[in-house]
Amino acid sequence: MQVIRHHIAVKNISEVERWTSLIGGGLLAASAFRRNSKKHGLMLMAAGELLRRGLTGYCYLYGALGFRTAPRGQGAPTTSLPYELGIRAEAAVTVDQPRETVYRFWRSLEKLPLFMKHLESVIETDATHSRWTSNGPAGKKMVWDAEIHNEIEKELIAWRSLAGADVDNAGSVTFKDAPGGRGTEIRVLLQYNPPGGVAGAYFAKLFGEEPSQQIEADLGRLKQYLETGEIATTEGQPKGPTKRELREREIQQRRAAQTEFSSVPSVGGGMR
Amino acid sequence: MKALCWYGKEDVRVQAVPDPKILNPHDAIVRITTTAICGSDLHLYNGFIPGMEQGDILGHEFMGEVVEAGSEVKRLKTGDRVVVPFNISCGECFFCKSDLWSLCDNTNPNASLLQKLYGSSGGGLFGYSHLYGGYAGGQAEYARVPFADVGPMVIDNGIADEQVLFLSDIFPTGYMAAQNCNIQPGDVIAVWGCGPVGQFAIQSAYLLGAERVIAIDQVPERLRMARDCGKAETLSFTDGDVVEKLQAMTGGRGPDACIDAVGMEAHTGGIEEVYDRAKQALMLESDRPGVLRRAIMACRKGGTVSIPGVYGGLIDKVPMGAAFAKGLTFKMGQTHTPRYMRPLFEMVRKSEIDPSFVISHRFALDDAPKAYAIFNARQDGCTKVVLKP
Repeated sequence: MQVIRHHIAVKNISEVERWTSLIGGGLLAASAFRRNSKKHGLMLMAAGELLRRGLTGYCYLYGALGFRTAPRGQGAPTTSLPYELGIRAEAAVTVDQPRETVYRFWRSLEKLPLFMKHLESVIETDATHSRWTSNGPAGKKMVWDAEIHNEIEKELIAWRSLAGADVDNAGSVTFKDAPGGRGTEIRVLLQYNPPGGVAGAYFAKLFGEEPSQQIEADLGRLKQYLETGEIATTEGQPKGPTKRELREREIQQRRAAQTEFSSVPSVGGGMR
Repeated sequence: MKALCWYGKEDVRVQAVPDPKILNPHDAIVRITTTAICGSDLHLYNGFIPGMEQGDILGHEFMGEVVEAGSEVKRLKTGDRVVVPFNISCGECFFCKSDLWSLCDNTNPNASLLQKLYGSSGGGLFGYSHLYGGYAGGQAEYARVPFADVGPMVIDNGIADEQVLFLSDIFPTGYMAAQNCNIQPGDVIAVWGCGPVGQFAIQSAYLLGAERVIAIDQVPERLRMARDCGKAETLSFTDGDVVEKLQAMTGGRGPDACIDAVGMEAHTGGIEEVYDRAKQALMLESDRPGVLRRAIMACRKGGTVSIPGVYGGLIDKVPMGAAFAKGLTFKMGQTHTPRYMRPLFEMVRKSEIDPSFVISHRFALDDAPKAYAIFNARQDGCTKVVLKP
């Protein structure tokens, strides 16, 4: 996972907010000088930061959260994903199949959820447009429309998400013959702005959902499917109960035994 | 069905669990007729292998009868009697096609875990932690066998389970260890560890043309087995400096190849073991490489160190300088079991070797926890335990 470092010249605050920031910072500074209380230093620092973000038009907090109030596209090539935002991930795999087979499989986008675990569905709406639904962190469903904006037959597919996406993303996949007739090298580059920005991505990483790892695992499953016709799994195989489950079972059995025990005399009593 | 489940350090229990089902089209279900406890199961039993979960079914040496086959299984059919190799191989990837079956690319569903740890992952293993795929093992009444057409070998009736069971792991493992030594006429081979793999390595070394085999251990029954069954000369760890003795026994040359059939839980005794155990306890070292150190020091110049013993993580104070100065070759890794099953079976069929000689104990599956305890303590001359479900 690579966090994209921004150039300080980039602005992520709108003009209105910049002026609000400047005026707010000025008022706060003035009141700090007047008050001369213990909170004086803290207020001055806050005022300084407000003035700084007003003057430069860049807010670090917004940057970390993948958030901006400035109009999109400013200072960046017109893509779905402003270049100064988000996470970049990269992964590669070699599949022992001809390049054409691998390319055709990938290009029929609707099969992608077969090996991309977090994708729920991809629906192709026309030759270059498609609608993607995925399960994000904590099971949150995310939807976006994407277009293939560059494509070289059997070599490259590049896509970007369109306006209104739940997650802005752009990426490319390239297909290359592996040396010595060892199949096809697939390389995926993905840049995206995760919900919660860079901070959100670090949070997701704590729970093992780091994007480059995810893509690596996805590519592993693609390889399994294309080489063997199935995806390795152990889901649904037998397993013993955990110690906790054993304890709970024991308690239940004891309870059941007790009720049985207490019910016996009453039956006997009824007989009498 | 009943199955032996792992619960923690020295805690295994027989539990009732659901029967296995076909999950993928190349799967088969095998009703297990005979299974065994492997020395490497003791690494799990002693808690040295990470990635274990409570309730995991152990066991990777098993055989039985096919009772159900998935839709894409073409070669095996219901009723076939099969020995199942401990590693799961797809048969389609670069490594399987290159006869390197244990390095299969496609059978570990948790490959990304091992990729982080080792750089890349080998194939899945039965009953050997979630790092190796978390596949339920064969110390049970039934097992699900993925890619059933690739690994399992069909065995005709008329040859006993106990004679072919060890084609699943320890016989090919011992054989590959000897083959990795690149044995030339006149060669002297030193084998550390006279457990079952060591015993098969000794016999395989002779089969492959070794002049002499010197076996090293400290358990008297195992040394006796190496002498009586393997025709090896023996050295006990307890009587002095093994490296010096090996030099003396080989005219100062050192053994032409050294086999480390011990691995990560070496008992070397003395200050060295105290040092390694302390580092292990502090998590500064995961494996105790006492045997590997000696194998490197003893090996003759230009010789080979062959390592069938399992290592899992990081080791310390390994004399790399000596290995470099002497121009040693290192050969190691999980056994490419399917490569060896057919030729070794032929040797068994022609009575050139009877692998059942290593068996010291037989138990019912229900008594497996007791069997683990006895095997782990090397009590009662225990070298190999066979379980009957």
